[in-house]
Amino acid sequence: MIETEHLQKKYGDLVAVKDLSFKVESGQIWGLLGPNAAGKTTTMRILTGFLPATSGKAAVAGYDVFEQAEEVKKEIGYLPETVPLYPEMTVEAYLSFVAEIKQVPKTRKKAAIDRAIEISGLAAVRKRLIKNISRGYRQRLGLAQALIHNPKVIILDEPTIGLDPAQIVEIRQLIKSLRGEHTVLLSTHILAEVTQVCDGVVIINEGQLMSAGRLDELTSAYREKDGVYLRLKKIDNEILNLFRQLPGIDGAAQEGEEIRLEWDRNTDRREEVIKFCLDKQLGLLEMRSLALTIEELYLRIVSGGVEQ
Amino acid sequence: MKAIRSIIKKEVLSYFSSPIAYIVIFTFLLLSGFFFYSLVSWFNSVSVQLAQNPYYYQQININQMVFSPFFNNLSIVLLLMLPLLSMRLFSEEKKMGTEELLFTSPLSVTQIITGKYLACLLILLIMLVLSAIPAALTFIYGNPELVPFLLGYLGLFLLGAAFLGIGIFWSSITENQIVSAVLTFGTLLLFWVLSWVGYSAHGLWQSVLNYLSFFEHFDSLTKGIFDTTDLVYYLSFAFFGLFLTHSVIQSRRWR
Repeated sequence: MIETEHLQKKYGDLVAVKDLSFKVESGQIWGLLGPNAAGKTTTMRILTGFLPATSGKAAVAGYDVFEQAEEVKKEIGYLPETVPLYPEMTVEAYLSFVAEIKQVPKTRKKAAIDRAIEISGLAAVRKRLIKNISRGYRQRLGLAQALIHNPKVIILDEPTIGLDPAQIVEIRQLIKSLRGEHTVLLSTHILAEVTQVCDGVVIINEGQLMSAGRLDELTSAYREKDGVYLRLKKIDNEILNLFRQLPGIDGAAQEGEEIRLEWDRNTDRREEVIKFCLDKQLGLLEMRSLALTIEELYLRIVSGGVEQ
Repeated sequence: MKAIRSIIKKEVLSYFSSPIAYIVIFTFLLLSGFFFYSLVSWFNSVSVQLAQNPYYYQQININQMVFSPFFNNLSIVLLLMLPLLSMRLFSEEKKMGTEELLFTSPLSVTQIITGKYLACLLILLIMLVLSAIPAALTFIYGNPELVPFLLGYLGLFLLGAAFLGIGIFWSSITENQIVSAVLTFGTLLLFWVLSWVGYSAHGLWQSVLNYLSFFEHFDSLTKGIFDTTDLVYYLSFAFFGLFLTHSVIQSRRWR
């Protein structure tokens, strides 16, 4: 649904996007992740047809972004980083204007506006002037304008930036509800957002692709060791040594009030560990998987801790 | 056409939901009213004086004595006012980030520019029509010639259209509305004073400078002479402004 091949964008001598290739499948929500100035906004602007690429290819909804720009623009809903609002308009008048320029047929316009207002939770402010509504509502209105023509592809540049925690949760819920019917690409540097909302992630740094894939695939690909954290009634050196002598266990170390056990990531030793704890009556209270968090994954990829 | 209509509607709404349109229209009408009143007063007193001499009385012509200077005065007022109307057209979109909405919509750049341009032409039309109301009263109390009067207003409209063409171009260059207005104002003044330089020049150079000057073309229209050269001049000026705007927007996005 969204595909780029060797995309490159130069501003004079500055290379903002370098040889970027990735693919987002239909109906999924993907995150575009990267530090500031990584090229996220530039990539999104290229995909929406706002900026042309210097070289490479990009396709959205089956149309070439450069050759069939008008078709692409009909299929895309875009929320830029700065929400594009006219403060002197009312919420309703603004959505009506957006519906017109997005070529929603006149007969369906009213229904489209009502739907966008309902989905985005703007009913309370629909008659208010945009300059008088709160930041949270403005962000929602930005989303509403991106959704109004029911586009196949929705591109959101930092959709939750500047919102309070309750508003962030609401907007995330809203984005999640788009899964299936729409393909969504959202940029963010809030890592929790990616795990909560996205199916997959494209990580870029300094304009270059660092990694791309489904979240579960990436976390397992970047995990060097598998293992568990154990919480026991009592931890001492003797117990640690017992674990170290267990076959297949590569390491046992105390981390706070837990023991971290590691083994080769192609094997699974959890059953043996539980059995061992019970046999030796070690007082097993809790066991949790040693999964790689998105924060660890991101840091490893962006700081170059692990090469793909 | 529907798309252009949406842009016009939005622009006109924007003009009237900020003080700018009201202030520009109000000031324009105040000045035009003042000029008209003083010209008519002057015309009256001259008429009374010349009424004693039948030969001179025959020579009095309201079109030449009132309307011709009236249109000339209004042309200067337009030069001062119209940059204030055109300054926001693209500058504001750029500053507010709304250009991303416009340029990622299925509208073409040409449609967007046309819509915006027609919207400010509409405001210009409103200004001119309102300013014509007191002037039209002279047709009830006197007997001016209609054609030179209409040609004078056509001249003002064409002049304004050319001014706005230049204004929209400068507004596409910068996101600062003041800069846009000052550059428009500067350009208009330059094309105004070209004819002054023209007076002291010779040969081809003189005719080129005179041809380029806004007001050389305007003069004949205020005198009731319609020449297609003037029409072509103003329309090509406006079109050139729009063409440059289109090029600037395209090049900025392709840079």
